[in-house]
Amino acid sequence: MALDRWIALIILMICLAYGYTAFFTMDGALPPFMKRNPIWPSTFPKLLSVMAIFTALYVLLGLEKGAEEPKPMDINYRRLTDYKLGQALMLLGMMAAYALLLRPAGFLPATVAFLAAGAFVLGERKLHILLPIAAAAAGVVWYLVQEVLGIFLSPWPAILTNGG
Amino acid sequence: MLEGILAGLETAFSLTNLLMVIGGCLIGTFIGMLPGLGPMSIIAIMIPVAISIGDPSAALILLAGVYYGAIFGGSTSSILINAPGVASTVATSFDGYPLARQGKAGKALTVAAIASFSGGTIGAILLMVFAPALATVALLFHSAEYFALMVVGLSAIAAFAGSGQAGKAVLMTLMGLIMATVGEGALFNMPRFTMGIMDLQSGFGFITLAMAMFALPEAMYLVLDPSRSNTGGGSSEIKDLRITRAEAKAIAPVIGRQSIQGFLIGVLPGAGATIASFLGYAVERNLAPKEEQEQFGKGSIKGLAAPESANNAACTGSFVPLLTLGIPGSGTTAILLGALIALNVSPGPRLMIDEPQIFWAVIISMYLGNLILLILNLPLIPYIAKVLAVPRTYLIPFILFFTLMGAYIGQNNATELLILVGLGICATVLRFADYPLAPLLIGFILGSMLEDNFARSMQLYDGLGFILERPMTLGLLGMAVILVLLPGYRARRARLRAEGTADAD
Repeated sequence: MALDRWIALIILMICLAYGYTAFFTMDGALPPFMKRNPIWPSTFPKLLSVMAIFTALYVLLGLEKGAEEPKPMDINYRRLTDYKLGQALMLLGMMAAYALLLRPAGFLPATVAFLAAGAFVLGERKLHILLPIAAAAAGVVWYLVQEVLGIFLSPWPAILTNGG
Repeated sequence: MLEGILAGLETAFSLTNLLMVIGGCLIGTFIGMLPGLGPMSIIAIMIPVAISIGDPSAALILLAGVYYGAIFGGSTSSILINAPGVASTVATSFDGYPLARQGKAGKALTVAAIASFSGGTIGAILLMVFAPALATVALLFHSAEYFALMVVGLSAIAAFAGSGQAGKAVLMTLMGLIMATVGEGALFNMPRFTMGIMDLQSGFGFITLAMAMFALPEAMYLVLDPSRSNTGGGSSEIKDLRITRAEAKAIAPVIGRQSIQGFLIGVLPGAGATIASFLGYAVERNLAPKEEQEQFGKGSIKGLAAPESANNAACTGSFVPLLTLGIPGSGTTAILLGALIALNVSPGPRLMIDEPQIFWAVIISMYLGNLILLILNLPLIPYIAKVLAVPRTYLIPFILFFTLMGAYIGQNNATELLILVGLGICATVLRFADYPLAPLLIGFILGSMLEDNFARSMQLYDGLGFILERPMTLGLLGMAVILVLLPGYRARRARLRAEGTADAD
């Protein structure tokens, strides 16, 4: 089965779970006075789930026949290992690590590490250029966000700012 | 009226107010370029500054300049790095970014600047002429018509998909609508589909979703296939800002049509620049000849000019209900209404009579703002576009960083970054399988407004009776059905013709 139909199957599962919640569990906590209304919190989700289930089935069963020849894919997912898959996965892992470390490590160290490590993974080896650029970018963005926009961003690790 | 216009001219052309327009446009352009900060947040940030000025005309002129600048800045990041920070510039990235990847970033930015200027200018002229009359027409639209209008807007997204892809486009739209129902909506004030996760109480963030659907998959594609980044940069292409006579001739009618359509949509309270830009794109795609339709989504200058003219004209249009009725036409004008009230100005039908210098000065400064944006930004384009000449090893980590920062600033929550990564992986896989991602985002943006108007109509008519009882609603819903079925019908016709059986029908 082609990837698009596998995806349609997964979406169908999500829609079935969504529809089950809308039809059978959502209205349990509804106060009696709201039950007299013509519209409940579940009304719109019920409509959406029914439409989405039918559309997902339509795609899953391959009922739609295009007039065009399938266009050449930008990235052929069947030959993913021919591409730089390792780099992509490493960058995704680094994004997740950045999300987890942003507060405990502080904005400046986390950002410098993310930018420098990201460029390093992609093949940049001139650390004497890379590190100052990463540090300058982190500093400028921190200043703009914290001082100009007034959105709080702790620059240093929590352990330092909280006094240990 | 003439006296009012003269008073407005005098106020708008005072040195202080000219500086306000220039300053507002510059601040708006600069902040709007950063993914994650849309006009709403920029104006919210600027309100304390505006109130401290004290003079209502100057304050409102500054905020209007910031508004236009932000829309223009949002287009720039959409075109250059496929990261639309503002909902109304999502449609700009459909053709703007492919043009940049073909080495035509300068041309794309020039078309965007000209289309924005024309859309804003035509909108300002229409506002001047038709403001009082249009306010009356806007009052005819009730929640049932808004609901139907949004359904039409969503149905038009079938136009975004290639032939034979309408099913996938509709499925993605429905997924967007489903995602919009997650969280505690204003309508029922109870959490829905949060699975007990606290961070989902306020639902998915628009910026997070926009970044996950556009910027992150594009960055992943650049990582997976380095040859993709070879087509964009190069200083020779960046210098090419000119558009040919033939190109100017091709986009002129698009700009004219979309400026008027965008303005009319902007006048409707609740519609606004986002719907105007998507509808503008869809309408122009449907109007284009078959061979040009193929180019939409791959770097069509018509596809770029349409949403750019429409969103700027709609921004101007959204001032009609604000200034003449005191009803905010969009989220941004709702914030502006708050600023006006804080400045002791009561917008409404009496504003034009009691304080004509404020009313007309704002309208004239809109025209000035568009002119200043054009004068400021056209010479800066080669420098702005140089971002594409940055080596891939630096560009990709910076795109990823701005994507993360956009999501963080939008919600001020580190969990949002994990949601971004998760959604970004899903979006990349969806793109592998050729699922169109724009409809998902459009569905998400319009979802809460759609449900809100649907619920109001249901309550007013005690059920679905509003569909049959309001002819305009029925007509609009009928149009939506045709829009959904049309691509399938066209695809079938084309297939039969290709098989040589069309004559036998």
